[in-house]
Amino acid sequence: MGLVERTQAALAGLFPEPASPAAPQTEEGCQGAASREAGVLVTDQARHGSHLDVLCRLDQVVEVARVLDREGYFLESISGVDWLDKGQFEVIYDYNRLDGEHCRVMVRTLTDRSDPAVPTIFGVFPAADWHERETFDFYGIHFQGHPNLTRILLPEDADFHPLRKDYMP
Amino acid sequence: MTVPVHLRHDETFVLNLGPQHPATHGVLRVKLTMDGEYIVKAEPVLGYIHRMHEKLAEGGTFAQFMPNTARMDYLHALAFNHGWALVVEKAAGIEVPERAEYIRVITVELNRIASHLLWWAAFLLDLGGFSPLLYAFDDREQIIDLLERVTGSRLTYCYMRFGGVYNDIDQEFITGTRAIIKRLRERLPRLYHDLVTHNIILIKRIKDIGFITAEQCRRYGATGPVARGSGISYDIRKNEPYSVYPEFDFDVPVFGEGDSMARYMVRMHEIEQSMRIIEQALDKLPGGPVMGKAPKVLKPEAGYYYVAVETARGSLGYRLVSNGDKSPYKLKLRSPTFSNLSLFGEVAEGMLLADALAFMGSLDLVIPEIDR
Repeated sequence: MGLVERTQAALAGLFPEPASPAAPQTEEGCQGAASREAGVLVTDQARHGSHLDVLCRLDQVVEVARVLDREGYFLESISGVDWLDKGQFEVIYDYNRLDGEHCRVMVRTLTDRSDPAVPTIFGVFPAADWHERETFDFYGIHFQGHPNLTRILLPEDADFHPLRKDYMP
Repeated sequence: MTVPVHLRHDETFVLNLGPQHPATHGVLRVKLTMDGEYIVKAEPVLGYIHRMHEKLAEGGTFAQFMPNTARMDYLHALAFNHGWALVVEKAAGIEVPERAEYIRVITVELNRIASHLLWWAAFLLDLGGFSPLLYAFDDREQIIDLLERVTGSRLTYCYMRFGGVYNDIDQEFITGTRAIIKRLRERLPRLYHDLVTHNIILIKRIKDIGFITAEQCRRYGATGPVARGSGISYDIRKNEPYSVYPEFDFDVPVFGEGDSMARYMVRMHEIEQSMRIIEQALDKLPGGPVMGKAPKVLKPEAGYYYVAVETARGSLGYRLVSNGDKSPYKLKLRSPTFSNLSLFGEVAEGMLLADALAFMGSLDLVIPEIDR
Protein backbone atom coordinates (compact mmCIF):
# COMPACT_ATOMS: atom_id res chain seq x y z
CA MET A 1 0.00 0.00 0.00
CA GLY A 2 1.42 3.37 -1.01
CA LEU A 3 1.74 6.29 1.29
CA VAL A 4 -1.21 8.16 -0.22
CA GLU A 5 -3.50 5.15 0.30
CA ARG A 6 -2.15 4.60 3.80
CA THR A 7 -2.89 8.20 4.78
CA GLN A 8 -6.28 7.98 3.16
CA ALA A 9 -7.03 4.85 5.16
CA ALA A 10 -5.85 6.49 8.38
CA LEU A 11 -8.18 9.42 7.80
CA ALA A 12 -11.08 7.29 6.62
CA GLY A 13 -12.11 6.49 10.19
CA LEU A 14 -13.07 10.12 10.71
CA PHE A 15 -15.39 10.16 7.74
CA PRO A 16 -17.77 7.19 7.85
CA GLU A 17 -19.68 8.25 4.73
CA PRO A 18 -17.68 7.93 1.52
CA ALA A 19 -16.84 11.28 0.00
CA SER A 20 -18.86 12.21 -3.04
CA PRO A 21 -16.99 11.31 -6.18
CA ALA A 22 -17.60 14.71 -7.79
CA ALA A 23 -14.41 16.45 -8.83
CA PRO A 24 -13.37 18.66 -5.91
CA GLN A 25 -11.46 21.21 -7.93
CA THR A 26 -14.38 22.55 -9.90
CA GLU A 27 -15.84 25.98 -9.47
CA GLU A 28 -18.42 24.69 -6.99
CA GLY A 29 -15.82 22.67 -5.15
CA CYS A 30 -13.70 25.67 -4.47
CA GLN A 31 -16.51 27.99 -3.52
CA GLY A 32 -17.71 26.19 -0.45
CA ALA A 33 -18.75 23.00 1.17
CA ALA A 34 -22.31 23.00 -0.12
CA SER A 35 -21.43 20.97 -3.17
CA ARG A 36 -19.37 18.44 -1.29
CA GLU A 37 -19.60 16.26 1.76
CA ALA A 38 -16.81 16.23 4.31
CA GLY A 39 -14.31 13.58 3.36
CA VAL A 40 -11.03 12.68 1.73
CA LEU A 41 -10.43 12.97 -1.98
CA VAL A 42 -7.43 11.99 -4.02
CA THR A 43 -6.33 14.86 -6.25
CA ASP A 44 -3.93 15.06 -9.12
CA GLN A 45 -0.65 16.17 -7.59
CA ALA A 46 0.84 17.18 -10.93
CA ARG A 47 -2.09 19.50 -11.58
CA HIS A 48 -2.83 20.92 -8.13
CA GLY A 49 0.21 20.27 -5.98
CA SER A 50 -1.41 18.14 -3.28
CA HIS A 51 -2.14 14.42 -3.20
CA LEU A 52 -5.10 14.49 -0.85
CA ASP A 53 -7.80 17.08 -0.37
CA VAL A 54 -9.50 16.67 2.99
CA LEU A 55 -12.60 18.70 3.70
CA CYS A 56 -13.51 18.41 7.36
CA ARG A 57 -16.02 19.82 9.81
CA LEU A 58 -14.82 22.28 12.44
CA ASP A 59 -14.94 19.69 15.19
CA GLN A 60 -12.71 17.36 13.17
CA VAL A 61 -9.80 19.76 12.64
CA VAL A 62 -7.90 18.68 15.75
CA GLU A 63 -8.58 14.99 15.17
CA VAL A 64 -7.32 15.23 11.58
CA ALA A 65 -4.17 16.95 12.87
CA ARG A 66 -3.69 14.16 15.43
CA VAL A 67 -4.01 11.47 12.78
CA LEU A 68 -1.53 13.23 10.49
CA ASP A 69 0.85 13.77 13.42
CA ARG A 70 0.74 10.03 14.15
CA GLU A 71 1.43 9.32 10.49
CA GLY A 72 4.56 11.48 10.62
CA TYR A 73 3.41 14.62 8.82
CA PHE A 74 4.40 18.17 9.65
CA LEU A 75 2.39 21.34 9.36
CA GLU A 76 3.72 23.47 6.55
CA SER A 77 1.35 26.40 6.58
CA ILE A 78 -2.10 27.66 7.44
CA SER A 79 -3.93 30.00 5.07
CA GLY A 80 -7.26 31.71 5.33
CA VAL A 81 -9.59 32.37 2.39
CA ASP A 82 -12.44 34.84 2.51
CA TRP A 83 -15.46 33.58 0.52
CA LEU A 84 -17.40 36.82 0.86
CA ASP A 85 -20.29 35.79 -1.39
CA LYS A 86 -20.91 32.63 0.61
CA GLY A 87 -20.50 34.31 3.98
CA GLN A 88 -17.76 31.88 4.94
CA PHE A 89 -14.11 31.81 5.83
CA GLU A 90 -12.08 28.84 4.77
CA VAL A 91 -8.96 27.72 6.59
CA ILE A 92 -6.46 25.64 4.64
CA TYR A 93 -3.87 23.53 6.46
CA ASP A 94 -1.01 22.26 4.34
CA TYR A 95 0.68 19.13 5.60
CA ASN A 96 3.79 17.59 4.18
CA ARG A 97 6.46 15.06 5.14
CA LEU A 98 10.15 15.38 5.86
CA ASP A 99 11.06 11.74 5.31
CA GLY A 100 11.82 10.46 1.84
CA GLU A 101 8.24 9.47 0.98
CA HIS A 102 6.20 12.17 -0.61
CA CYS A 103 2.59 13.04 0.07
CA ARG A 104 1.07 16.46 0.48
CA VAL A 105 -2.24 16.74 2.28
CA MET A 106 -4.43 19.80 2.05
CA VAL A 107 -6.98 19.98 4.87
CA ARG A 108 -9.78 22.51 4.55
CA THR A 109 -12.50 23.61 6.87
CA LEU A 110 -15.17 26.29 6.69
CA THR A 111 -16.41 28.64 9.35
CA ASP A 112 -19.19 31.18 9.46
CA ARG A 113 -18.03 34.63 8.43
CA SER A 114 -20.08 36.49 11.05
CA ASP A 115 -18.51 34.64 13.97
CA PRO A 116 -15.41 32.90 12.67
CA ALA A 117 -13.99 30.39 15.12
CA VAL A 118 -11.83 27.31 14.54
CA PRO A 119 -10.32 25.06 17.21
CA THR A 120 -6.58 25.44 17.58
CA ILE A 121 -4.18 22.64 16.66
CA PHE A 122 -1.42 24.21 18.74
CA GLY A 123 -1.59 21.24 21.09
CA VAL A 124 -0.68 18.90 18.24
CA PHE A 125 1.80 21.00 16.25
CA PRO A 126 3.63 23.89 17.96
CA ALA A 127 4.21 25.19 14.41
CA ALA A 128 0.54 26.19 14.42
CA ASP A 129 1.27 28.88 17.00
CA TRP A 130 2.57 31.50 14.57
CA HIS A 131 0.55 30.35 11.59
CA GLU A 132 -2.71 30.64 13.52
CA ARG A 133 -1.71 34.01 14.89
CA GLU A 134 -1.03 35.18 11.35
CA THR A 135 -4.41 33.95 10.12
CA PHE A 136 -6.07 35.67 13.08
CA ASP A 137 -4.13 38.82 12.28
CA PHE A 138 -5.18 38.93 8.63
CA TYR A 139 -8.72 37.52 8.82
CA GLY A 140 -9.89 37.86 12.42
CA ILE A 141 -10.53 34.13 12.64
CA HIS A 142 -10.48 33.06 16.28
CA PHE A 143 -8.55 29.91 17.02
CA GLN A 144 -10.23 28.66 20.15
CA GLY A 145 -7.84 27.45 22.80
CA HIS A 146 -4.77 29.18 21.38
CA PRO A 147 -2.64 30.29 24.36
CA ASN A 148 -1.56 33.61 22.90
CA LEU A 149 -3.78 34.67 20.03
CA THR A 150 -2.33 38.14 19.45
CA ARG A 151 -1.29 40.04 16.36
CA ILE A 152 1.95 38.84 14.87
CA LEU A 153 2.77 40.83 11.74
CA LEU A 154 0.53 43.89 12.07
CA PRO A 155 0.95 46.45 14.85
CA GLU A 156 -0.50 45.35 18.16
CA ASP A 157 -3.00 48.23 18.19
CA ALA A 158 -4.37 47.55 14.70
CA ASP A 159 -8.16 47.29 14.65
CA PHE A 160 -8.64 45.79 11.19
CA HIS A 161 -8.13 42.52 9.35
CA PRO A 162 -6.68 43.45 5.97
CA LEU A 163 -7.18 40.24 4.01
CA ARG A 164 -10.93 40.31 4.42
CA LYS A 165 -12.39 41.02 1.01
CA ASP A 166 -14.56 43.84 2.36
CA TYR A 167 -11.64 45.60 4.01
CA MET A 168 -11.06 49.05 2.57
CA PRO A 169 -7.87 50.82 3.66
CA MET B 1 23.03 21.42 25.85
CA THR B 2 22.53 21.24 29.57
CA VAL B 3 22.83 24.45 31.52
CA PRO B 4 25.61 24.40 34.09
CA VAL B 5 23.88 26.74 36.51
CA HIS B 6 20.55 26.61 38.21
CA LEU B 7 18.11 29.12 36.73
CA ARG B 8 16.33 31.22 39.25
CA HIS B 9 13.07 32.40 37.84
CA ASP B 10 12.42 34.91 40.59
CA GLU B 11 15.25 37.30 39.69
CA THR B 12 14.92 37.81 35.99
CA PHE B 13 14.97 40.89 33.83
CA VAL B 14 13.75 41.65 30.33
CA LEU B 15 16.23 42.44 27.58
CA ASN B 16 15.18 43.66 24.17
CA LEU B 17 17.35 42.38 21.37
CA GLY B 18 16.54 44.59 18.41
CA PRO B 19 14.59 45.67 16.44
CA GLN B 20 17.74 47.63 15.58
CA HIS B 21 20.55 45.25 16.29
CA PRO B 22 23.38 44.26 13.97
CA ALA B 23 23.12 40.57 14.85
CA THR B 24 19.50 40.28 13.79
CA HIS B 25 20.33 41.35 10.21
CA GLY B 26 17.26 43.45 9.84
CA VAL B 27 14.43 44.54 12.00
CA LEU B 28 13.80 41.48 14.12
CA ARG B 29 13.12 41.99 17.79
CA VAL B 30 13.55 39.26 20.38
CA LYS B 31 12.13 39.84 23.82
CA LEU B 32 14.44 38.00 26.16
CA THR B 33 13.79 37.19 29.78
CA MET B 34 17.23 36.86 31.28
CA ASP B 35 18.70 35.37 34.37
CA GLY B 36 22.12 36.90 34.36
CA GLU B 37 23.72 35.85 31.09
CA TYR B 38 21.30 32.97 30.63
CA ILE B 39 18.08 33.11 28.66
CA VAL B 40 14.99 32.01 30.54
CA LYS B 41 12.55 32.82 27.77
CA ALA B 42 13.02 34.10 24.23
CA GLU B 43 10.09 35.48 22.32
CA PRO B 44 10.66 36.77 18.77
CA VAL B 45 8.50 39.77 17.91
CA LEU B 46 7.83 40.01 14.19
CA GLY B 47 6.29 42.42 11.76
CA TYR B 48 8.62 45.42 11.74
CA ILE B 49 9.07 45.20 7.98
CA HIS B 50 5.67 43.77 7.12
CA ARG B 51 4.39 45.02 3.75
CA MET B 52 1.32 42.85 3.15
CA HIS B 53 2.46 41.29 -0.10
CA GLU B 54 -0.51 38.91 0.00
CA LYS B 55 -2.97 41.78 -0.24
CA LEU B 56 -0.90 43.39 -2.99
CA ALA B 57 -1.14 40.11 -4.92
CA GLU B 58 -4.94 40.19 -4.76
CA GLY B 59 -4.99 43.73 -6.11
CA GLY B 60 -3.04 43.16 -9.31
CA THR B 61 -2.69 40.68 -12.12
CA PHE B 62 -0.56 37.56 -11.88
CA ALA B 63 2.27 39.16 -13.84
CA GLN B 64 2.20 42.30 -11.73
CA PHE B 65 3.12 40.30 -8.67
CA MET B 66 6.40 39.04 -10.12
CA PRO B 67 8.51 42.02 -8.91
CA ASN B 68 7.08 41.59 -5.39
CA THR B 69 8.41 38.05 -5.15
CA ALA B 70 11.97 39.37 -5.28
CA ARG B 71 11.38 41.71 -2.39
CA MET B 72 10.85 39.06 0.22
CA ASP B 73 13.98 36.95 0.33
CA TYR B 74 16.30 39.49 -1.26
CA LEU B 75 19.22 37.07 -0.99
CA HIS B 76 17.67 34.27 -3.01
CA ALA B 77 15.18 36.28 -4.99
CA LEU B 78 15.40 34.14 -8.11
CA ALA B 79 14.03 31.12 -6.27
CA PHE B 80 11.03 33.22 -5.27
CA ASN B 81 10.68 34.28 -8.92
CA HIS B 82 10.90 30.66 -9.94
CA GLY B 83 8.25 29.46 -7.51
CA TRP B 84 5.79 32.13 -8.59
CA ALA B 85 6.37 31.35 -12.26
CA LEU B 86 5.91 27.63 -11.58
CA VAL B 87 2.66 27.97 -9.65
CA VAL B 88 1.07 30.26 -12.23
CA GLU B 89 2.27 28.05 -15.07
CA LYS B 90 0.79 25.07 -13.26
CA ALA B 91 -2.53 26.82 -12.73
CA ALA B 92 -2.77 28.27 -16.23
CA GLY B 93 -1.26 25.27 -18.03
CA ILE B 94 1.60 27.15 -19.66
CA GLU B 95 4.41 25.20 -21.30
CA VAL B 96 7.99 26.30 -20.76
CA PRO B 97 10.72 25.62 -23.34
CA GLU B 98 13.49 23.38 -22.10
CA ARG B 99 16.20 25.96 -22.59
CA ALA B 100 14.32 28.39 -20.39
CA GLU B 101 14.09 25.86 -17.56
CA TYR B 102 17.82 25.20 -17.84
CA ILE B 103 18.55 28.91 -17.65
CA ARG B 104 16.23 29.21 -14.67
CA VAL B 105 18.10 26.47 -12.86
CA ILE B 106 21.51 27.97 -13.68
CA THR B 107 20.55 31.42 -12.44
CA VAL B 108 18.72 30.10 -9.36
CA GLU B 109 21.74 28.02 -8.37
CA LEU B 110 24.14 30.91 -8.94
CA ASN B 111 21.89 32.98 -6.73
CA ARG B 112 21.91 30.21 -4.11
CA ILE B 113 25.72 30.30 -4.01
CA ALA B 114 25.64 34.08 -3.65
CA SER B 115 23.14 33.73 -0.83
CA HIS B 116 25.22 31.16 1.03
CA LEU B 117 28.32 33.31 0.59
CA LEU B 118 26.56 36.30 2.07
CA TRP B 119 25.24 34.20 4.94
CA TRP B 120 28.74 32.95 5.57
CA ALA B 121 30.16 36.46 5.59
CA ALA B 122 27.47 37.85 7.88
CA PHE B 123 27.60 34.86 10.21
CA LEU B 124 31.33 35.24 10.68
CA LEU B 125 30.87 38.95 11.18
CA ASP B 126 28.40 38.19 13.98
CA LEU B 127 31.03 36.04 15.60
CA GLY B 128 33.60 38.79 15.36
CA GLY B 129 35.58 37.82 12.27
CA PHE B 130 35.79 40.63 9.76
CA SER B 131 38.14 39.41 7.03
CA PRO B 132 35.94 36.48 5.88
CA LEU B 133 33.42 39.08 4.77
CA LEU B 134 35.97 40.58 2.41
CA TYR B 135 36.70 37.21 0.79
CA ALA B 136 33.06 36.25 0.47
CA PHE B 137 31.98 39.59 -0.93
CA ASP B 138 34.77 39.46 -3.47
CA ASP B 139 33.38 36.17 -4.81
CA ARG B 140 29.77 37.14 -4.41
CA GLU B 141 30.32 40.36 -6.29
CA GLN B 142 31.41 38.40 -9.37
CA ILE B 143 28.30 36.25 -9.23
CA ILE B 144 26.12 39.33 -8.86
CA ASP B 145 27.86 40.92 -11.86
CA LEU B 146 27.09 37.84 -13.93
CA LEU B 147 23.46 37.83 -12.85
CA GLU B 148 23.16 41.54 -13.51
CA ARG B 149 24.39 40.94 -17.04
CA VAL B 150 21.58 38.53 -17.82
CA THR B 151 18.74 39.63 -15.52
CA GLY B 152 19.30 43.38 -15.49
CA SER B 153 19.35 43.75 -11.72
CA ARG B 154 21.70 42.90 -8.91
CA LEU B 155 19.48 41.90 -6.03
CA THR B 156 15.75 42.23 -6.59
CA TYR B 157 15.41 40.24 -9.77
CA CYS B 158 12.35 40.16 -11.96
CA TYR B 159 13.82 37.76 -14.45
CA MET B 160 11.30 34.98 -14.89
CA ARG B 161 8.20 35.24 -17.01
CA PHE B 162 5.23 32.92 -17.25
CA GLY B 163 6.44 30.66 -20.02
CA GLY B 164 10.15 31.27 -19.74
CA VAL B 165 12.69 33.95 -18.96
CA TYR B 166 12.89 37.38 -20.50
CA ASN B 167 16.50 37.35 -21.57
CA ASP B 168 18.67 34.65 -23.09
CA ILE B 169 22.15 33.98 -21.73
CA ASP B 170 25.13 34.63 -23.98
CA GLN B 171 28.58 33.15 -24.40
CA GLU B 172 30.14 35.69 -22.09
CA PHE B 173 27.80 34.64 -19.31
CA ILE B 174 28.65 30.99 -19.85
CA THR B 175 32.39 31.69 -19.85
CA GLY B 176 32.04 33.88 -16.80
CA THR B 177 30.03 31.25 -14.93
CA ARG B 178 32.62 28.58 -15.63
CA ALA B 179 35.34 30.95 -14.51
CA ILE B 180 33.63 31.72 -11.21
CA ILE B 181 33.14 28.01 -10.52
CA LYS B 182 36.82 27.36 -11.18
CA ARG B 183 37.74 30.28 -8.96
CA LEU B 184 35.46 29.16 -6.12
CA ARG B 185 36.80 25.61 -6.27
CA GLU B 186 40.29 27.02 -5.76
CA ARG B 187 39.33 29.44 -3.04
CA LEU B 188 36.86 27.35 -1.02
CA PRO B 189 39.39 24.92 0.50
CA ARG B 190 42.14 27.46 0.88
CA LEU B 191 40.38 30.60 2.06
CA TYR B 192 37.08 29.38 3.38
CA HIS B 193 37.89 26.07 5.00
CA ASP B 194 41.55 26.41 6.01
CA LEU B 195 41.09 29.91 7.32
CA VAL B 196 37.66 29.64 8.88
CA THR B 197 36.04 26.19 9.03
CA HIS B 198 39.00 24.55 10.74
CA ASN B 199 39.62 27.57 12.90
CA ILE B 200 39.49 26.71 16.58
CA ILE B 201 37.83 30.02 17.48
CA LEU B 202 34.91 29.27 15.17
CA ILE B 203 34.66 25.66 16.31
CA LYS B 204 34.51 26.76 19.96
CA ARG B 205 31.70 29.16 19.17
CA ILE B 206 29.43 26.92 17.12
CA LYS B 207 30.22 23.27 17.78
CA ASP B 208 27.88 21.51 20.24
CA ILE B 209 25.80 24.67 20.56
CA GLY B 210 22.22 25.24 19.48
CA PHE B 211 21.03 21.67 19.17
CA ILE B 212 17.90 21.09 17.10
CA THR B 213 16.49 17.60 16.95
CA ALA B 214 14.86 16.06 13.91
CA GLU B 215 11.61 15.82 15.85
CA GLN B 216 11.74 19.53 16.66
CA CYS B 217 12.12 20.25 12.95
CA ARG B 218 9.02 18.21 12.25
CA ARG B 219 6.93 19.76 15.02
CA TYR B 220 7.86 23.29 13.99
CA GLY B 221 8.01 22.70 10.24
CA ALA B 222 11.65 23.64 9.87
CA THR B 223 13.13 22.90 6.45
CA GLY B 224 16.21 23.61 4.39
CA PRO B 225 19.72 23.59 5.89
CA VAL B 226 18.19 23.71 9.39
CA ALA B 227 16.47 20.36 8.86
CA ARG B 228 19.41 18.93 6.91
CA GLY B 229 21.72 19.88 9.78
CA SER B 230 19.52 17.74 12.03
CA GLY B 231 19.90 14.61 9.97
CA ILE B 232 16.78 15.03 7.84
CA SER B 233 17.47 14.34 4.19
CA TYR B 234 14.81 16.60 2.77
CA ASP B 235 15.40 18.78 -0.25
CA ILE B 236 12.50 19.60 -2.54
CA ARG B 237 14.82 19.49 -5.54
CA LYS B 238 15.24 15.78 -4.78
CA ASN B 239 12.09 14.78 -2.90
CA GLU B 240 9.55 16.57 -5.04
CA PRO B 241 11.51 17.34 -8.18
CA TYR B 242 10.40 20.38 -10.13
CA SER B 243 11.76 22.15 -13.18
CA VAL B 244 14.64 20.14 -14.74
CA TYR B 245 16.34 19.15 -11.48
CA PRO B 246 15.80 15.40 -12.06
CA GLU B 247 18.21 15.61 -14.98
CA PHE B 248 21.15 16.56 -12.82
CA ASP B 249 23.33 14.44 -10.64
CA PHE B 250 23.83 16.09 -7.26
CA ASP B 251 23.86 15.14 -3.60
CA VAL B 252 21.90 16.51 -0.68
CA PRO B 253 24.40 17.27 2.09
CA VAL B 254 23.07 16.01 5.43
CA PHE B 255 24.73 16.35 8.80
CA GLY B 256 23.21 14.61 11.77
CA GLU B 257 24.70 16.49 14.72
CA GLY B 258 21.97 19.13 14.88
CA ASP B 259 24.25 21.87 16.20
CA SER B 260 25.22 25.17 14.64
CA MET B 261 28.31 23.56 13.12
CA ALA B 262 26.16 21.04 11.27
CA ARG B 263 24.08 23.80 9.68
CA TYR B 264 27.30 25.58 8.77
CA MET B 265 28.65 22.47 7.07
CA VAL B 266 25.42 21.84 5.18
CA ARG B 267 25.56 25.28 3.57
CA MET B 268 29.25 25.02 2.73
CA HIS B 269 28.67 21.68 1.02
CA GLU B 270 25.64 23.01 -0.80
CA ILE B 271 27.83 25.55 -2.55
CA GLU B 272 29.74 22.67 -4.15
CA GLN B 273 26.50 20.86 -5.09
CA SER B 274 25.10 23.99 -6.70
CA MET B 275 28.28 24.32 -8.73
CA ARG B 276 27.86 20.73 -9.89
CA ILE B 277 24.31 21.46 -11.02
CA ILE B 278 25.39 24.59 -12.90
CA GLU B 279 28.22 22.77 -14.66
CA GLN B 280 25.93 19.97 -15.83
CA ALA B 281 23.30 22.45 -16.92
CA LEU B 282 25.85 24.39 -18.95
CA ASP B 283 27.13 21.16 -20.53
CA LYS B 284 23.66 19.99 -21.50
CA LEU B 285 22.19 23.40 -22.29
CA PRO B 286 19.74 22.85 -25.15
CA GLY B 287 19.08 25.36 -27.89
CA GLY B 288 15.78 26.90 -28.81
CA PRO B 289 13.65 29.76 -27.57
CA VAL B 290 13.60 31.04 -24.00
CA MET B 291 9.95 32.06 -24.07
CA GLY B 292 6.99 29.82 -24.67
CA LYS B 293 3.50 30.83 -25.66
CA ALA B 294 1.60 32.47 -22.84
CA PRO B 295 -1.68 34.33 -23.11
CA LYS B 296 -1.59 38.09 -22.54
CA VAL B 297 -4.39 37.95 -19.98
CA LEU B 298 -4.08 35.04 -17.58
CA LYS B 299 -7.22 33.56 -16.11
CA PRO B 300 -6.28 30.26 -14.46
CA GLU B 301 -9.04 27.75 -13.90
CA ALA B 302 -10.70 28.06 -10.50
CA GLY B 303 -9.16 25.78 -7.92
CA TYR B 304 -6.44 25.23 -5.38
CA TYR B 305 -2.80 25.11 -6.38
CA TYR B 306 0.37 24.57 -4.41
CA VAL B 307 3.97 24.71 -5.54
CA ALA B 308 7.01 24.38 -3.32
CA VAL B 309 10.58 25.20 -4.29
CA GLU B 310 13.82 24.86 -2.40
CA THR B 311 15.32 28.23 -1.56
CA ALA B 312 18.64 28.76 0.18
CA ARG B 313 16.72 28.82 3.46
CA GLY B 314 14.30 25.98 2.94
CA SER B 315 10.92 25.15 1.54
CA LEU B 316 9.04 28.05 0.00
CA GLY B 317 5.41 27.37 -0.73
CA TYR B 318 2.95 29.29 -2.85
CA ARG B 319 -0.63 28.40 -1.95
CA LEU B 320 -2.75 29.88 -4.71
CA VAL B 321 -6.54 29.90 -4.74
CA SER B 322 -7.97 31.00 -8.05
CA ASN B 323 -11.58 31.80 -8.80
CA GLY B 324 -10.96 32.08 -12.53
CA ASP B 325 -10.38 35.81 -12.43
CA LYS B 326 -7.40 37.71 -13.77
CA SER B 327 -5.91 38.32 -10.35
CA PRO B 328 -5.22 35.77 -7.60
CA TYR B 329 -8.23 35.28 -5.32
CA LYS B 330 -5.92 34.29 -2.53
CA LEU B 331 -2.18 33.87 -2.34
CA LYS B 332 -0.48 32.57 0.74
CA LEU B 333 3.29 32.72 0.95
CA ARG B 334 4.76 30.00 3.06
CA SER B 335 8.21 31.38 3.73
CA PRO B 336 10.88 29.05 5.09
CA THR B 337 12.47 31.24 7.77
CA PHE B 338 9.10 32.03 9.35
CA SER B 339 8.86 28.38 10.35
CA ASN B 340 12.59 27.99 11.01
CA LEU B 341 12.56 30.92 13.42
CA SER B 342 9.52 29.65 15.28
CA LEU B 343 11.65 27.04 17.07
CA PHE B 344 14.09 29.69 18.29
CA GLY B 345 12.24 30.24 21.56
CA GLU B 346 12.30 26.56 22.49
CA VAL B 347 15.95 26.01 21.58
CA ALA B 348 17.31 29.25 23.04
CA GLU B 349 15.87 28.52 26.46
CA GLY B 350 18.69 28.09 28.96
CA MET B 351 21.34 29.27 26.50
CA LEU B 352 23.97 31.90 27.10
CA LEU B 353 23.07 35.14 25.34
CA ALA B 354 26.28 35.07 23.31
CA ASP B 355 25.58 31.49 22.22
CA ALA B 356 22.02 32.38 21.31
CA LEU B 357 23.31 35.05 18.93
CA ALA B 358 25.62 32.54 17.28
CA PHE B 359 22.70 30.12 17.10
CA MET B 360 20.48 32.76 15.56
CA GLY B 361 23.11 33.42 12.91
CA SER B 362 23.21 29.73 12.06
CA LEU B 363 19.49 29.84 11.20
CA ASP B 364 20.24 32.22 8.31
CA LEU B 365 17.39 34.65 8.89
CA VAL B 366 16.18 37.03 6.22
CA ILE B 367 13.70 39.30 7.94
CA PRO B 368 11.73 40.67 4.95
CA GLU B 369 10.93 37.09 4.08
CA ILE B 370 9.60 36.36 7.57
CA ASP B 371 7.53 39.52 7.69
CA ARG B 372 6.48 39.55 4.04
